[in-house]
Amino acid sequence: MISKKTKQLVREGLWTNNPIFAQVLGICSTLAVTNLVLNTAVMCAGLIFTLSLSAMTVSILRNVTPRNIRMMVETLIIAFYVIIIDLVLKAYWPEMSTNLGPYVGLIITNCIVMGRCEACSISNPPKIAFFDGLFNALGYSYILLIIATFREILGMGTFLGYAVPYFSTVWDKWIIMVMPPGAFFMLAIVVWVFRSIKLAGEDKSK
Amino acid sequence: MNLQSEMTQAFIVCISAVFTNNILLSYFLGLCPFIGSSREVNTSAGLGAAVIFVMPFTCILTWVVYHFVLVPLGLEFFRFIMFIIVIAAFVQFVEMAIERLSPYLYQRLGVFLPLITVNCAILGVSLFMVIRDYSLIVTVGYGLGSGIGWFLAIIAMAGIRQKLANDLIPKGLQGPGITLIITGIMALAFIGFTGVLGT
Repeated sequence: MISKKTKQLVREGLWTNNPIFAQVLGICSTLAVTNLVLNTAVMCAGLIFTLSLSAMTVSILRNVTPRNIRMMVETLIIAFYVIIIDLVLKAYWPEMSTNLGPYVGLIITNCIVMGRCEACSISNPPKIAFFDGLFNALGYSYILLIIATFREILGMGTFLGYAVPYFSTVWDKWIIMVMPPGAFFMLAIVVWVFRSIKLAGEDKSK
Repeated sequence: MNLQSEMTQAFIVCISAVFTNNILLSYFLGLCPFIGSSREVNTSAGLGAAVIFVMPFTCILTWVVYHFVLVPLGLEFFRFIMFIIVIAAFVQFVEMAIERLSPYLYQRLGVFLPLITVNCAILGVSLFMVIRDYSLIVTVGYGLGSGIGWFLAIIAMAGIRQKLANDLIPKGLQGPGITLIITGIMALAFIGFTGVLGT
């Protein structure tokens, strides 16, 4: 059922070529929303939707897209999906739409979406492009959820808005974790830990 | 609102965009080029200057397009596509114009201009200006301030990274890791500016 190629895509997206700790791409628009797990989850859902579908669309249109304007075409395809997310959020979940502010729109300039379109979709058939986009987005999302979990628990003592036993009472809350510097520190630590694990694994296999 | 109070507000917004609400350090915009090309002071200065140069103009253009085209037509949801097209077209135009008019400037900024189209800070500033409902004059101040803030941040980072070049850093932390930690410390320092403007 699962072909060898798909397995390879899963491994690349989630681990060896992970968008965050291996490529360090596309962190701009999403760090801002990692102070709450719920916001992050919505943002990640949006990214998974945009990245997988726009990768597929770019790949379907790859033979009819003139080479010199392909960036513009890719941007328009991405923007199309982002507008869908924006409108759906505004209609059914207005509070979330205000919380995320301009960051939903900034998925368009999220380097990882463009990066995958350029690196994979433009030269591969739709199915591969779709899975490549999907697993890259998933690899991106789980790291962000880890960051968001730590930030919310350490900074506010809650998880998904519910009070966490020890952290909401005894713990002296680290307000800095929900402020911008906390995001940078947390991301740096995550990059450090995951890169070290990855490097250790590579040394062993040599 | 009369002109003078608007100018005052524009000035305040401009200063706060440089220090207290730095586009990079408190809104995380433009991080990819910030991490990717902050190894040398010269490169960073070129990129930063290109951002300062482009940002106020794209702000004005997107403001005009938003308020005189999209709002009357009821097409606000279309702004993502419209802004991206306006920004891309403007950057292309600037590139062609300075190639003709000033070869010196083209040499300095030319390579950096195409990178700007995908810099999320540029689109981000336009989207923030729509959400916060700024007037045209305030928007100019905001765009200029954000550009200067980004420039300051990337120059400071490049300076620090040049000093760090020969230091021993744990393997997993090299490159992006250490850059992010320094960015965090810089963001902490910039938080110290909060309250300067009483906002």
